[in-house]
Amino acid sequence: MTAADLPHILIAEDSNNDLELTLAALRSHRVANEVDVAHDGAEALDYLYRRGAYAQLAPAPLALVLLDLKMPKVDGLEVLRQIKSDPALRLTPVVMLTSSREEIDLVRSYELGVNAYVVKPVAFGQFMEAVKQLGAFWAVLNERPPMPAASSGGNRA
Amino acid sequence: MLVSGIALLIAGVAFAAYDLATFRSAMVRDLSTEASMVASNSVAALLFNDSHAAEETLGALRASASVVRAQIYTTDGRLFAAYSRDGSAPLPMPQFAPGATEMLAFDASSAYVARVITSDGAPVGIVRIRADLQAMYVRLGRFALIVAAVLVLSLAGALLVSRVSQRAISGPLAAVAASARQVSQAKDYGIRAPHVGTAYELTVLVDSFNEMLAEIQARDRSLQQAHDQLEARVRERTEELHAINSELEAFTYSVSHDLRAPLRHITGFASLLEQEAGAAFNEQARRHLTTITGAASRMATLIDDLLAFSRMGRATVTKRRVDLSQLVREARGEVWTDVDGRRITWEVHELPHVDADPSLLRPVMVNLLSNAIKYTSTRDEARIEVGSEVRQGEVVVFVRDNGVGFDMAYAHKLFGVFQRLHRADEFGGTGIGLANVRRIVQRHGGRTWAEGAVGAGATFYFSLPSQGAAA
Repeated sequence: MTAADLPHILIAEDSNNDLELTLAALRSHRVANEVDVAHDGAEALDYLYRRGAYAQLAPAPLALVLLDLKMPKVDGLEVLRQIKSDPALRLTPVVMLTSSREEIDLVRSYELGVNAYVVKPVAFGQFMEAVKQLGAFWAVLNERPPMPAASSGGNRA
Repeated sequence: MLVSGIALLIAGVAFAAYDLATFRSAMVRDLSTEASMVASNSVAALLFNDSHAAEETLGALRASASVVRAQIYTTDGRLFAAYSRDGSAPLPMPQFAPGATEMLAFDASSAYVARVITSDGAPVGIVRIRADLQAMYVRLGRFALIVAAVLVLSLAGALLVSRVSQRAISGPLAAVAASARQVSQAKDYGIRAPHVGTAYELTVLVDSFNEMLAEIQARDRSLQQAHDQLEARVRERTEELHAINSELEAFTYSVSHDLRAPLRHITGFASLLEQEAGAAFNEQARRHLTTITGAASRMATLIDDLLAFSRMGRATVTKRRVDLSQLVREARGEVWTDVDGRRITWEVHELPHVDADPSLLRPVMVNLLSNAIKYTSTRDEARIEVGSEVRQGEVVVFVRDNGVGFDMAYAHKLFGVFQRLHRADEFGGTGIGLANVRRIVQRHGGRTWAEGAVGAGATFYFSLPSQGAAA
């Protein structure tokens, strides 16, 4: 199995610093999966539905969606809500990776059907560890649900 | 009505009785006079045995309407002469008591008078007269009739007067009473009593009553206005408070999210820097990097504590019965890791039940115990005592330790936010713990204070209102 065959990881993150740290962490743990990046919620939805800037992108299976909560335009909770209410997408594992440990965010995320909720640790060592475990668990260890053909999920907003 | 009727009846009967008595005595007097007249006029007839003349004398009695029969007897009991108006049977000769010269007797229908006829002191005969009492009965009947008529007339009059007075006085009074009842039942002060009748006092009464109602109505209206204004103001304030509260919530939310991100970036990139260029750094440069990371971590802790403090201030207090002894046991379980294998002598007294929010009171206990453990860490023999005192209206709980203590001059700073009496390199902490304790205790309506001396340990107190506190 080559890297090209592995399911992708989508990271939706508006902060370039956080994005760089996350990517560095994934790289240092040698997560082989291709990582796609969306810089806000709207881009994430465009990516998921292969529209706008992503209209020409070939469909690919997703191992995991890493969502930041607070993003411009469309926030993480709204992206989560759309994923979990779309029969074609709702089996995709979604993990909130956020700074917020506010109870209300936790409750709403779980109500919307999030698969996991991880608070970004401030200490980098812990952050690395968290990302490593996330990658290892969701991209490697976790058995993905049988997905419908990726094309069937596209362009059906 | 009944009373006046009875009074009238009694008066009538008394009057009739008096009149009858007068009538009878007058009749007796008349009969007596007639008897003596007959007696003196018939002396000669008796002496000459002229019964004819005697009968003529008796015949004079015809003028007296009530006399129905008169007779004269000789002393030896022989009927000498008689007069009869109605032809009734002769009367027997009366028997006189010894020495008596006149005798009176009554039966149902008649009065009888008998008199001894004397001549020069010697009895020569007896005259006896019977008078009919019919006149008296007729008079009595007439009297009864008059009394009955007066009774009926006066009762009718009384009835009429009461009717009229009812229309003029009782009617309007009843109307005022009905209005009062209506007002008190419907709480409608707009009701007015109607003007009925023309009596001056009643008009004044109705007017005063209506004035009173108008006054109440005016006060009621101004009270309602004040109430409405107050309610509007409360609504306004509540809205303002809600706005402020949601602003505050938005603020703490962004603090929680946005302030933590740059800290993460500082530590993250410092670590990446160390990974990528660490080999080229000298020791001092590496120490700088460690300082940067440590400072960022400390700020993250401060932010977390501050957020917890802010949340605590907004948390709703849901009181229920809390067993303080149980709470202390739980808190000791939570601070167990702080003990870190040290020798600590615990002295926990029996504690009362209090009304409090256990989820808020637990951090108070945890904080006080954790402080006691922290500030006795330099002692070989640490002693921590937890006790309580039930005072008037409150339960006071204290946590006493034999730790480093503090200078009472700074006691007022102990419970302030970010106030610390020790350097960070002596004892760790953010300076928010006791501020949290004070805030929670105050939210319960209690107080916090502390006593201590440098090097001689400290005692931290908090009180809770002891509404129904029991040991």
